[in-house]
Amino acid sequence: MHTVVVENIIKTYGKKKEVCALNDISFNVQQGELFGIIGPDGAGKTSLFRILTTLLLADNGKATVDGFDVVKDYKAIRNRVGYMPGKFSLYPDLSVEENLSFFATIFNTSIQENYDLIKDIYVQIEPFKKRKAGKLSGGMKQKLALCCALIHRPSVLFLDEPTTGVDAVSRKEFWEMLKGLKRQGITILVSTPYMDEADLCDRVALIQNGKLLSINTPEGIVKDFSKPLWAVKSLHMLHLLNELRATDFTEDVYPFGEYHHVVMKSESGKQALTEFIQQHQKENAMMQKVTPNIEDCFIALMKIPIP
Amino acid sequence: MKKTLNIKEPNSPLGDGGKVITANQLTKRFGDFVAVDHISFDVYKGEIFGFLGANGAGKTTAMRMLCGLSLPSSGEASVAGLDVYQDNEKIKRSIGYMSQKFSLYDDLTVKENMQFYGGIYGKSNEFIKNKTAFILDHLHLEKEANVLVKSLPLGWKQKLAFSVAIFHEPEIVFLDEPTGGVDPVTRREFWNMIYQASESGITIFVTTHYMDEAEYCNRVSIMVDGRIDALDTPSQLKIDYNAASMDEVFLKLARKAKRSGE
Repeated sequence: MHTVVVENIIKTYGKKKEVCALNDISFNVQQGELFGIIGPDGAGKTSLFRILTTLLLADNGKATVDGFDVVKDYKAIRNRVGYMPGKFSLYPDLSVEENLSFFATIFNTSIQENYDLIKDIYVQIEPFKKRKAGKLSGGMKQKLALCCALIHRPSVLFLDEPTTGVDAVSRKEFWEMLKGLKRQGITILVSTPYMDEADLCDRVALIQNGKLLSINTPEGIVKDFSKPLWAVKSLHMLHLLNELRATDFTEDVYPFGEYHHVVMKSESGKQALTEFIQQHQKENAMMQKVTPNIEDCFIALMKIPIP
Repeated sequence: MKKTLNIKEPNSPLGDGGKVITANQLTKRFGDFVAVDHISFDVYKGEIFGFLGANGAGKTTAMRMLCGLSLPSSGEASVAGLDVYQDNEKIKRSIGYMSQKFSLYDDLTVKENMQFYGGIYGKSNEFIKNKTAFILDHLHLEKEANVLVKSLPLGWKQKLAFSVAIFHEPEIVFLDEPTGGVDPVTRREFWNMIYQASESGITIFVTTHYMDEAEYCNRVSIMVDGRIDALDTPSQLKIDYNAASMDEVFLKLARKAKRSGE
């Protein structure tokens, strides 16, 4: 059985419904899966999460969470999901301990009852349990918010951009915590604008302008990238970029860290690229074959015209 | 005894190497807390200088001192030839600044935002008129000139915000996480604009959480607990730290941090 089922969800905003936040979205999430919704700001991630957590009504379509309908059975869903919004939403004037105890109480449970679930995370902020939540650092706020979202032992956890604006070290730590929760059997839906986090999910949905570009395992998405991909560099990166864009054997050329990535129209382009690189020996030009990552795939999918 | 860093002259894209920022033992204390701890570095004309560090490492405090918004506790620094103690008001007029959080007025139109910023920086009506036309053309925003900024897609807003930050043709522009949350194609278009600005001689001082963007910088500094623990070209940093990517360099350095926070 699927824990989350989304069928043809449409959500628009504005008097004339001129802004389409979600444009006919469908996907399923399996029990115990760590499912990533990956896309930039404005793609529709938050609207989707708010519909699934019963905080927003869709214009059209159907969705269930843990077998319950998001419209009819909203009360049942609210009892069994945990939701961590993108914006810090705890009480800044209550202490760490008071916030946690407040959320336990409104779900008719206690910290003691479900302590095993949050223990690994809570011990990291326990030394500051008397501190007001508003006075915590970003990383600690995030850990407290996660504890509060978990304290009623939800079967499904929705995390809306938990790692946005967080540095690379804290991001890695946060994903470690999610893996720990997954081991305890919780189904997790997590949204992020960081493409590199896709590899940490079981499956991901890539979303842009309210449309799903692809739903697959991270490996599956990379496998679908069918065109040859090369990395090139030289001493004059900007010239290299412009010159390669003007050639007829490249489909797309874009900066990628230390290199430019060159998407070839076909395998036969290799010869032309090799010659091009040889002509630029003076600028130390070099090329190497690379495996695409999720960001390459996202860029390629974004450039496919929508029918 | 502090480890002294071997800071090399960069391969400046223009090759003239004039210093636009110098910092020498620059320090900021809040009570007993040393937010910025004796940092020293130079940034050269036309350079793209990446300023990295974990949350709480002291980046924002250091940037605020360089922008003339906060007086140092000790040490020396100059920006565009102006002293951060004496000429902090002049510094504000000589630099551009853009952050992801605040940049444009949502309830003004595209054109009004440019007129407003041009006016703030004391530019003539003629300058404002010509520059506005140039930017609208350059960004292909002619049709949206009289549209409220809030109705623009995020990617366009970011590009417009950058254009507005360099509207008054400053010597240097400070960019504080300019590309957060932007899609990967727009992010690259944004960096293309940075390259163009740098080629025209504007010095770029940029913070980011995207480590692939660190690779686009001429040189990168990494702050850990208020200190600059590394400063070099991305390729040299990868050699020095025996790392395959800047992400790995960053993790190796940032994991040593004792303090955390925002």
